[in-house]
Order: sequence, then structure tokens, then C-alpha cells
Amino acid sequence: MLHSQTTGVRSWLTSGELWVWMNAAAVGISITAVGGLLALIAVRGLAHFWPADIAEIHHLADGGTPAIAWGEMIETETLDIDQYRSATGDTSGITGDPASVTRWLVKTGNRRLDPPDFQWIYEHRIDHIEYPEAVAVFERMEWGNAYGTLQAVLENGEPVVRGEGVWPEFNTRLARVESLRAEIAEIERGEFNAINYELEQLRLDRRRLDLRKDLDSAELAEAQADIDSREDALQARYEIAEQALRELLDERARDSAEILFSNGAVLHIDLAEIVRAWLPNQMSLWQKLGHYASSVWLFLTEDPREANTEGGIFPAIFGTVLMVLLMSVLVTPLGVIAAVYLREYAKQGPFVRLIRIAVNNLAGVPSIVYGVFGLGFFVYFIGGNLDRLFFEAALPAPTFGTPGLVWASLTLALLTVPVVVVSTEEGLTRIPRSIREGSLALGATKAETLFKVVLPIASPSILTGIILAVARAAGEVAPLMLVGVVKLAPTLPLDGNFPYLHLERKFMHLGFHIYDVGFQSPNVEAARPLVYATALLLVLIIIALNLTAIMLRTRLENRYRGVES
Amino acid sequence: MTDENNPSAGTGTEPVSHEVPEHEESREPAPTSLLVDRLCLFYGEQQALTDIDMRIPQKEVTAFIGPSGCGKSTLLRCFNRMNDLIDGVSVTGHVHLDGYDIFAPEVDVAQLRRRVGMVFQRPNPFPKSIYENVAYGLRIQGAPPKAEMDEIVEWALRSAALWDEVKDRLKESALGLSGGQQQRLVIARAVAVKPSVLLLDEPASALDPISTLKIEELIHQLKSEYTIVIVTHNMQQAARVSDNTAFLYLGELIEFGRTQQVFTNPKEQQTEDYITGRYG
Repeated sequence: MLHSQTTGVRSWLTSGELWVWMNAAAVGISITAVGGLLALIAVRGLAHFWPADIAEIHHLADGGTPAIAWGEMIETETLDIDQYRSATGDTSGITGDPASVTRWLVKTGNRRLDPPDFQWIYEHRIDHIEYPEAVAVFERMEWGNAYGTLQAVLENGEPVVRGEGVWPEFNTRLARVESLRAEIAEIERGEFNAINYELEQLRLDRRRLDLRKDLDSAELAEAQADIDSREDALQARYEIAEQALRELLDERARDSAEILFSNGAVLHIDLAEIVRAWLPNQMSLWQKLGHYASSVWLFLTEDPREANTEGGIFPAIFGTVLMVLLMSVLVTPLGVIAAVYLREYAKQGPFVRLIRIAVNNLAGVPSIVYGVFGLGFFVYFIGGNLDRLFFEAALPAPTFGTPGLVWASLTLALLTVPVVVVSTEEGLTRIPRSIREGSLALGATKAETLFKVVLPIASPSILTGIILAVARAAGEVAPLMLVGVVKLAPTLPLDGNFPYLHLERKFMHLGFHIYDVGFQSPNVEAARPLVYATALLLVLIIIALNLTAIMLRTRLENRYRGVES
Repeated sequence: MTDENNPSAGTGTEPVSHEVPEHEESREPAPTSLLVDRLCLFYGEQQALTDIDMRIPQKEVTAFIGPSGCGKSTLLRCFNRMNDLIDGVSVTGHVHLDGYDIFAPEVDVAQLRRRVGMVFQRPNPFPKSIYENVAYGLRIQGAPPKAEMDEIVEWALRSAALWDEVKDRLKESALGLSGGQQQRLVIARAVAVKPSVLLLDEPASALDPISTLKIEELIHQLKSEYTIVIVTHNMQQAARVSDNTAFLYLGELIEFGRTQQVFTNPKEQQTEDYITGRYG
């Protein structure tokens, strides 16, 4: 009696199992996509820092002359034989007459010494490959890595050590150069920066004095004399610092290294030009791991060099995080106040509904439109007026009337305010009426109820909104290009000069950095691993920011669990 | 005095008495706490209460009974003006609390609610600690010094017969208490601001029988200090805890009298029908 009436495919369809399978498939695809993306950028990005072995490749160069190349073998590519022939003009027979040939991309470095720094070497032309222990990698301040063997260490052009024992001497002298470099940076960033800043303030003071009409000549002269004396003092300070700097620079230029390259050339390179040097073919696995860690550390903490294709990305990390934090600080009150008004105070009706629809639609506006709006409204209108009102002395050079950190944060706050409004409103709606009534019945006013009971209970929802806002804002690049992000910012927005946080400054951003390094860089091959590494870092930072907020939310949720029964 | 303009009120020939009748034993009538005078309430166009007149005596328990939707909760919520929160509610007539008209324009609603505490159908403690729940009303008024606050919190919790159960976990979340404990906590919270009237809106309807019993005992203790008005669906409860009973039906006050009289010898046929379970 109770036997199923339908059989076969129909019963299977009605059982709903199909939907379970489809759901599982959809989840599987999503997870694979996310995992694959992360794995790809992680593998490509992290591999960049590994101290790869240096191969000595004996091969036949174009034209059939034997040549030796030192470099890292990066990847292989398979080429159709016809493509190969038209590309190289090599019509001679290849043994076995294959349909395709394989070629290696080899990073031979030595830019400006022995171009090009990346070479394609055809596998069938390679005679044999060796890994000589003496070949070292010299990471240069400019022009990337150089591959060569260290012949001698020189002081003031005279050889100190040659042959045996050259590496220990090199390392001690490189350490000395490094500490000198740190001292120089200290002076340049600290003292010079401070003096320049104060000189600029003095210039503005003088200009302000000119603009004032209410002073008589005696007062004017007194004020000017004061400025002059301060300027003289600064000038004296500047000269002392400059003298110290010059001495340090001379000190640093003392040593150089004699290096033999794969093409047989021997050149002298100043130690001041060398960041690090290592001998990958001699390193044990542990040494390589240590080197790897220090490379990652340098990448995270150093300033970029070489049009952003070398060095670190610290300013971009700093700028991204600071901008996102500032954005959160701006968007939270804005969104929460708007949501509280819409949900708690406004009379529910068609007009409020219209506003709500408008807010939701704001979330769908393309971000570049926000960029244009931010540039037109915040930067030119508000910033321009601020300059006229408060920074008249600096005009015509704009202070706030130019793209900067605060405008970027404000623009992104505007971009993300709908998410905060929507999730805060949801949180407010979920709070049971009885809780509000309980507070009101105790003689609390509506505002007291809001601040002491309603908003704390809604705080997990508010945080959800902030999490979504942060996720969106940290990944946004297009509007930032218009309102404050630059390829290379000379100073961080946070430094030791009053008022410490410089909201008007331009800043660097990881998202824009990826775009810049990947697509605006003159040296694509060198930049590619950095693009992956930077992308990985951006994803990690967003994850870290989100995890922080999620942890905070979980704590709040635990505290208010059981209210919404 | 049957309302002339309200012919449907009362089917009996005797006029509805709005005065609390003398106790069977000769006793001075208790002074008035709340005086309701020709109170009408409208939700938009719809009339929810019609010409309610009643005198609620001080330091006694007055119960409102009647079928669902008869307006007993609405009437209760007039006494601390909770109906103000609902859009489209309008009120005519007067309610006097100790002689003052609570609908007068100069009345500070927050002040009024401090004098007229309320406990709701479902326990609604705030997601704060037990201590902070009780202290909430005091903090709103400007917190007293810590020692005094501790004293008041303890006193309020003792008044609500909860102190012994929670004294060791005052800092823990109130949401961890059982339903009955939560309801007593809410009563302690209301008592802490020292109101003169306590409104209880079906305070035991969401509770188990043991908790209900505790709440009823508590009501008994509290009436020595507070005027208590309780809305209840449970007629046995009304009979057990109250001194006076008002029967409302379709927004009108049908009968109001000493509980014993209303339950044993109702003057109105409708009241008798309801009490004996013939409708409602």
C-alpha cells in the first residue's frame, strides 16, 4: 500500500536528490575557484623569493658561436617548429626533425652590463649545464641582480684581498656599507625632512605676514626679523647635517668589488651599489630558508626601488592599511547614523522606502563614478575651498585641493556607506520590540534607549557592515587613481613632523601597485613575480583585516546571544 | 452609572459601579492611585477603548480580565503612556495619577514611566549583567555612588525574591537565567527605580507553573509597597492574587468590583458568562 507509485528517474527527481547534487557541485566549484586562485598567486608570488641555483649554461648562441650564460632557469615553453624557424631564421636541420622545440627562459640579470637580462635559450642548442659554486648573485640598488664571481675587494681602487678569503672581507665591508646606508637614510629622512618641513612653514609664515594688512611697520619688521633669525638657525642646522651627510657618502664610496661576468668581462662595482650578495650554489637548504625569510622580510619592510620593480612595498602596505582604517572610521558613523534615522526616527512611508532604494542602488554605482565624483566634489570643491579659507599662504600650490589620503578615504567611505546602512538596519530590525519597551518603561528616553540598549545589541550587525565595507574598499583601485593614490609617494602620510598624520598627502596602495608594476613597468619579466607577491599580500591583508573584525563580532555576538528569541 | 452614549454596555439592569465597593468587612476605602476618567483610545479610525471610568486604589492588586483583544493590555499601557510609541494612536479623556493628569502636555513621559513601572508578557532583560540590568533605571537617572547603588540593587533583588539565587553571579549575563528568574529580574529592575505603580502585563503567561507560583507570591509581597495592576488571561490567577477585578469586553469596562464579589456574585450576565467559561 505504501510502496512508492513512481519509479526510476521520476522518483529520483522528486526525491530532491538532484538538488542536493547540484548544490554540492556549486559549492565544490566555488571552493575550487577560491582555492585555485589563492594557490596560484601564492605559488607564483612566494617562489620569487627563493634563492634559485645559478646555472652555467653552455650553449650555441644565434649564429652558432659557443657561449656561456649564468642565470636562473625560470620556465620552459614549447614552440612550434615553423614558429621557431621564422623567429630565429635557423633553417638548419635539427636532430630527429621534431615538430616542436623547447626553450628555456633564463634570468641572466646584469642589466646595463650585458643586456638583455632575460634570455630565451633553445634546449637543443644547450650543450651541457653546470652549477659552479663560485657564481654569486649581487642584488644591486639599481638595475636588478648581477650574476658573477667575486674576484677581489678594493679600497679606494686598490685591491685589499684577491682570490682566497675574498668573501669574508667582502661581507664585513658590505656590512659597514649597510650601516653607513642606514645612517645616511636617518639623516635624509629625519633631519633633512624635518628641516625642509620647518623651512616650508617659515615660507608660509612669511607669506601670511605679507597677506596681513593690520600690522604697522614696526610690528612687521619685528615679525620678519623673527622669521629671519629662525631661518638662519635652520640654515645652520642644514649645513651641519649636509656636512655630516657628505662625509658619510664619501665613507660609503670607499670600497668596491671586482666581479667577473659570464661573458668574460671584469668590472668594478661600488659596494654602495650592492644591497646583498649570496652564493646560491653553495647554500644548504637551511641557509636557503634563512635567505628566503630575509628576502620576504625585506620585501615587506623596504621602500621600492627601480620604478617599483625591485625592493620592498612597505609604503604601499602602510598606505593601504591606513586608508582602510581611516575609511572605516569615516564610514561607521555615517552609515550607522543614517540607518538609525531611517529605522528609528523616520516615519515609515513611501519617501523612506524611496530613500532606502536609493541607498541600495548606490552600492551598484561603478566605483570609477565615485572616483570622478570624489575628484570633482571633495578634491576640487571642498579641498579648493579649504585651501582658500585656511591655507591661503600656500596658494597657488594646493594643500587640500589636490588628491590625497583624506579624499581617498572619504570617497571610499561614500562608496561603502550603503553596505553599512543596510546591515545596520537589518540589525536594528532584528531587535525585539520588547527590549526597547523594557528600557522606555524604565523612564529612559528614546535616545538613551538607543545608545544604552539598541546600538550595543546591534553592534554585531554594524560590524558585519564594516567587514563588508573593508573588504570592498581594500580591493578598490579605480577611484583611488583619481583621488589620491600615486605610483611613488616620497613620504609616508605618517611621520614625526607635527601634526604627524598628514591627511593631505598622497599615498601608495597595493592594488594600484599591482597595476603599476604589472602593466606600467618597463621590465615585464622582472615585474611578474612581484605582481603575484603583491597580489598575495593584498589578499592576506584583506583577510587579516576581516578576521580581526570577525573575531570582534563573534565576541559581541556571544555577549548578546539569546536576545533575538 | 451606565454610559448613556454607550447602550451596548451591560445587559443587566443594575448600573455598572465604577467605584470600588466597600469590603465585606467594614474598612476604610484605600486612597486612589489611578483615576481613569472617560478614557477612549483609537488606533487610527478604530476605537479600542470606549469611555473607561475606574478608580484603582493604592497598594492593592487590581486585575484586568477579559478575552483576547478586549483592550485590557491597551488600557494598561495607557497608564505609563506606552501607547504613545504606536503610530496613529489618539486618546481622549483623562488618567490621573495621584491627582495629576498624565496626558497633560507638560508631563515628562520619562518621569511618568519612572513612577509607573511595567513588566511585560515575555521576560525582556537587557543583554547585560544581572547587576547592570537592575542598575539600568538608576543609571538613566544619574547613577548614585557605588556603595549606594550596590545597596539598591541588593534591595531590589531581595524585593523580587531573586537575591539568594543570583547573589554570587551578579556580574554574569542576565540572559543565562531561567525564564522565571528573568521575569523576577525584570520586576527587580522595575522596583529599583522606586515607582509607585507597577503594571504587570500577563507576567506569568510565558512561565512554567512553579515560576508562576513564585511570581504570584511576589505580587502578594509587593502590594504592601506598590499599587499593582495586572493583566491576566488566567482567571484562577486573577482570583488568587487580586483585590479588585475589572472585566473588559470589546473595549468597554463591563464590571469592576472586589475580586471576591466579581467571581462569586457578578452583577453582569456577561461577566458571569466569561467567568464560567461560556465565551472568551
